[in-house]
Amino acid sequence: MGNITLRNVSKVFGAHAVIPSIDLNINDGEFVVFVGPSGCGKSTLLRLIAGLEDVSGGEIAIDGKNATELPPAQRGLSMVFQSYALYPHMSVRSNIAFPLKMANEDKAVIDRKVSDAARVLNLTDYLDRKPRQLSGGQRQRVAIGRAIVRQPKAFLFDEPLSNLDAALRVNMRLEISQLHQDLKTTMVYVTHDQVEAMTMADKIVVLNRGRIEQVGSPLDLYHKPDNLFVAGFIGSPRMNFVSGQPAAAYQAHTMGIRPEHLVLSKENGTWAGTVGVAEHLGSDTFLHVNVDTIGTVTARVSGDFPVTHGDRVFLTPDAQRVHRFDDKGLAVR
Amino acid sequence: MATLHTRSAARLMIAPSVLLLLAWMIVPLAMTIYFSFLRYNLLMPGMEEFAGFSNYSYFLTDPAFFQALFNTLAIVLGVLFITVVGGIALALLLDQPMFGQGIVRILVIAPFLIMPTVAALVWKNMFMNPVNGLFAWVAKLFGLQPFDFLANAPLMSVIIIVAWQWLPFATLILLTALQSLDEEQKEAAQMDGASAWSRFIYLVLPHLSRAITVVILIQTIFLLSVFAEILVTTNGGPGTQSTNLTFLVYAQALLQFDVGGASAGGIIAVILANIVAFFLMRMIGKTLEA
Repeated sequence: MGNITLRNVSKVFGAHAVIPSIDLNINDGEFVVFVGPSGCGKSTLLRLIAGLEDVSGGEIAIDGKNATELPPAQRGLSMVFQSYALYPHMSVRSNIAFPLKMANEDKAVIDRKVSDAARVLNLTDYLDRKPRQLSGGQRQRVAIGRAIVRQPKAFLFDEPLSNLDAALRVNMRLEISQLHQDLKTTMVYVTHDQVEAMTMADKIVVLNRGRIEQVGSPLDLYHKPDNLFVAGFIGSPRMNFVSGQPAAAYQAHTMGIRPEHLVLSKENGTWAGTVGVAEHLGSDTFLHVNVDTIGTVTARVSGDFPVTHGDRVFLTPDAQRVHRFDDKGLAVR
Repeated sequence: MATLHTRSAARLMIAPSVLLLLAWMIVPLAMTIYFSFLRYNLLMPGMEEFAGFSNYSYFLTDPAFFQALFNTLAIVLGVLFITVVGGIALALLLDQPMFGQGIVRILVIAPFLIMPTVAALVWKNMFMNPVNGLFAWVAKLFGLQPFDFLANAPLMSVIIIVAWQWLPFATLILLTALQSLDEEQKEAAQMDGASAWSRFIYLVLPHLSRAITVVILIQTIFLLSVFAEILVTTNGGPGTQSTNLTFLVYAQALLQFDVGGASAGGIIAVILANIVAFFLMRMIGKTLEA
């Protein structure tokens, strides 16, 4: 069982309130992703849950029991760090066995659990190597191995993929998702990359300046963002925001339209503009169009749409998919 | 430095300094070896004659030699033990965040900057003196008989003085090593349920092993030739109780004016130092490779 409840949790460093007050419920078996720009307090929040930082106020309950004052080791959580934090002078085997050894487990039990974990993570051939003899992805798997042998109530991941190259990141993303399917253990994952958040999460928590902006499933956040921040943060390329005259046509202070919800034409449409930059990805093309009255708008079209720099094009927002926001930046539905 | 031409040019340019260094080392060594085979006493100038190995046999059969050999090892091992253990403890303390950290760190380093003679004199006259010394005063405060360190435990006193001087060096090296320990590793160990003691044993000590090796290597080189502290405090006495090899060679040459015997002692000291260095490198060279 691994449900985690935060009630009124706050964290203050000196005079600076990194996290003013947060309430959050993480259900057992859920894959929750904390996402936000750097400095939004997402790592601090994870460290509060881990017990590596003391809360300034509020309560953290794990499994319904108050864990606010418990030291990290007694919370029954495992953590995977951004730098992997492997013990450099120990072999892979000793690294994975370390938490068990600290728990004074039986030698035979340790051996069995370590070889089980190594099999799951494809590390069996590397058990006698030192961390420095491994590649980035293998080190990451060792760190995960060290986390799973303890059979924790929940896993905490602190930007675990940010030190890997792009191709490996996609792979490890899949592996971690697969691991979650197999283990069905609660996972809390911190990232600044909204693609990771969208692809892995059951539930995304969008944070900004220590506050929760919105909590919901990936598609919820994509289709129904509560405010301008979430709308701009989730989705790639970014949502276009337009205010003033064109927005008033939709009875909104600011209107938002995602690049993929703009219909492009060479003959006619609502907004006319000139193509500034065209980014050809093959399957898609991202167009940065200088619309006459509005400014730069990003549009996403199919890769075979014939267009180049300087072409005159017309854009029409899909009325069904327009997001409307009031003057405080909150969504109008 | 890729082509043959640049390489030979480089060799040519380096040659003078290599030759100079070689001469610098070879000439004194050759002279010492030469003297060690002579009957050469400063009190009888002009009487030098070839003496074969008799200088060596006299030096090696001198009971003071074995005492000196033992004392040399005792000083090296004793000081190493105190500085490494004490250095780790001090480094751990200084690594904690505290008020006035900068000043405290400078104070800790201070003994290393004091000249050996001065340090030894301060210890001799202000701390260990049985009449006016601080330790004597403390002993009297408790109604105890003051202990005459330099007379009753001369070797121990020398070890304490030398250790006091080298403790800052060990502390400094170990402190910098300690500060380079990854914070996330400590946190990971904390999450893994390691107590403070286990974290020290499994994480901090292995991390420090390389720095400890450096401390041991460098200190051994200097501790084999401790001299000023002995000359200033005990003069090798009482008897030969605090005489080490360096001091014995000095006594042979400049107190007994026997240059031949002293040279033989010097050569023996060089050989012994090389044996120590050989085993030292064998034992801990591995840690440096890793």
